[in-house]
Amino acid sequence: MLQLNRIHKVFKEGTLDEKIALSHINLALEPGDFVTVIGSNGAGKSTLMNVIAGVLDPDVGEVIIKSKNVTNLPEHKRAAYIGRVFQNPLAGTAPSMTIEENMSMAYARNKKRSFRIAVSKKLRGFFQESLETLHLGLENRLTAKVGLLSGGERQALSLLMATFTEPKILLLDEHTAALDPSRAELITKLTKEIVLQHQLTTLMVTHNMQQALDLGNRLIMMDKGQIILEVSGEDKQNLTIEQLLHEFQRIRGTKMTSDRTLLS
Amino acid sequence: MFSIMFPAVESGVIYALMALGVYLSFRILDFPDLTVDGSFVTGAGVAAIMLFNGQSPILATLAGMGSGFIAGCITGVLHTKGKINPLLSGILMMIALYSINLRIMQDRPNIPLLNQQTIFSQFEALWDKIGIDEALSSAFAGIGLKPSTWAIMFLMILITLTIKFFTDWFLKTEIGLALRATGDNKQMIRSFSADTNTLTVLGLGVSNAFVALSGALIAQYNSFADIGMGLGMIIIGLASVIIGEALFGTKTIMRTTLAVIGGAIIYRIVISIALKVGFNPGDMKLITATLVVIALILPKIFDSQKVRNRKKRKRLDFEKMYAVGPGKEGENVASTKSDSQSI
Repeated sequence: MLQLNRIHKVFKEGTLDEKIALSHINLALEPGDFVTVIGSNGAGKSTLMNVIAGVLDPDVGEVIIKSKNVTNLPEHKRAAYIGRVFQNPLAGTAPSMTIEENMSMAYARNKKRSFRIAVSKKLRGFFQESLETLHLGLENRLTAKVGLLSGGERQALSLLMATFTEPKILLLDEHTAALDPSRAELITKLTKEIVLQHQLTTLMVTHNMQQALDLGNRLIMMDKGQIILEVSGEDKQNLTIEQLLHEFQRIRGTKMTSDRTLLS
Repeated sequence: MFSIMFPAVESGVIYALMALGVYLSFRILDFPDLTVDGSFVTGAGVAAIMLFNGQSPILATLAGMGSGFIAGCITGVLHTKGKINPLLSGILMMIALYSINLRIMQDRPNIPLLNQQTIFSQFEALWDKIGIDEALSSAFAGIGLKPSTWAIMFLMILITLTIKFFTDWFLKTEIGLALRATGDNKQMIRSFSADTNTLTVLGLGVSNAFVALSGALIAQYNSFADIGMGLGMIIIGLASVIIGEALFGTKTIMRTTLAVIGGAIIYRIVISIALKVGFNPGDMKLITATLVVIALILPKIFDSQKVRNRKKRKRLDFEKMYAVGPGKEGENVASTKSDSQSI
């Protein structure tokens, strides 16, 4: 479904600050794969997401979605295949517009926009049904401005908006990191349900090791722009945080540096 | 009083089109577009020169509108493709338009339209045939309302409301929603496959088309087009938007577009009153700038005043609570109180 071939990306090439963000990454996701990505700060996880989404161009390598080479497609064209949820709960929705207007924009992700009135009666019913699955009561607030919602509600809405059109690829970029623990748990639970329901091919970056272990059927660990560990299937189910940290030390010979990783 | 109010409202309704354009760029796209100063004259100049050469008024007005659309699109391309800062791309376009406008007006800084057919004179002729003026005049004469004709007012309200309802509808379409999101959250709408660059260009085009339409109509209303008539137009537009929003509210898009029209009319009334009480026409720019500054600052002062009052109330409540409360605490508060009094 998603294939990354020898992706290489360097920031500020030729200067003192040169940084190799991604170093010849190869990765292939089968349909229905749910891959969690962990790694310390600066490992290249977010860069990887941005390269897949088309926000950044790789220096070398190609991105293939559903056997179509999309490497040269700009972000907004690639978005027809990709649903995204960002770390910042404010990033995925337009605050001065209503819930139904936001959903209508998300609904148009893989369609051509025209001069039709965007929120029709039929769509409204569909939006309501979709919102009910969140169990947050948002289905009764279709005409409320999204800016009035709490961070957790906005992130739940973002998740729904990114997924209810069944994208080929779902990219989750630390989408629970900015929420309080109970809200983060809710979003994690919703993620699990939604991905299962639509059988979405998913790539999720997280700093929370437990979350990385609980969710998905595959796990990759990144460091210094490389994928240094890949676990899948039964091996992943039996994996513990201690084993993961141990593995990291064995491969890199250093302790994981990120405080956030250790704490979680 | 009425003799100055009626023309003020009349021209206010025409300038409201320009204000709607500014609302589109400034509020919807969040793009402070200074092209307005130039595209207003472009619309006026194109319409004037076509009328001067004997073209039909409706065609001339539409051509003026189209020229504004093109000007706005160029500003949009400068910003999106050329990656030039929004303010700067507007200023560049404004300056470039000055020369272009002079060329359009065939190197004359002023084109008089005294003997030409205009959209208004045509409509008045039609209006006179129907003979509504007599009916309206007799109805309103009792309260001292007796303008030379109701035709201009009627036609302008018709055009402005048409543009208003067009805007309301446009901003509710799929493309319109994406346009609003472009001004609200670019990252979000890009991730939902909308091309924010194209939308910005389109938005600025439509915005400046409204502005140029306003310019074309003002030229016909005043019976001349002048190379300097756009000076400070962006600030007048802003004043109208801000005044309208503050007075009439912004709850929905339909409400806001109506508020902007109201703001434009009120602005004209204020200006004509200022002229009446003895200010020079040359002072109007200063008055406009002052109006905008006041409209921008006043809400902030009100807000901070509100916060201060609430804090004060809270403090008093707490003091009361402690003063009533039994034991040492109450005494403490009392003693500090008397201390502060003695100081």
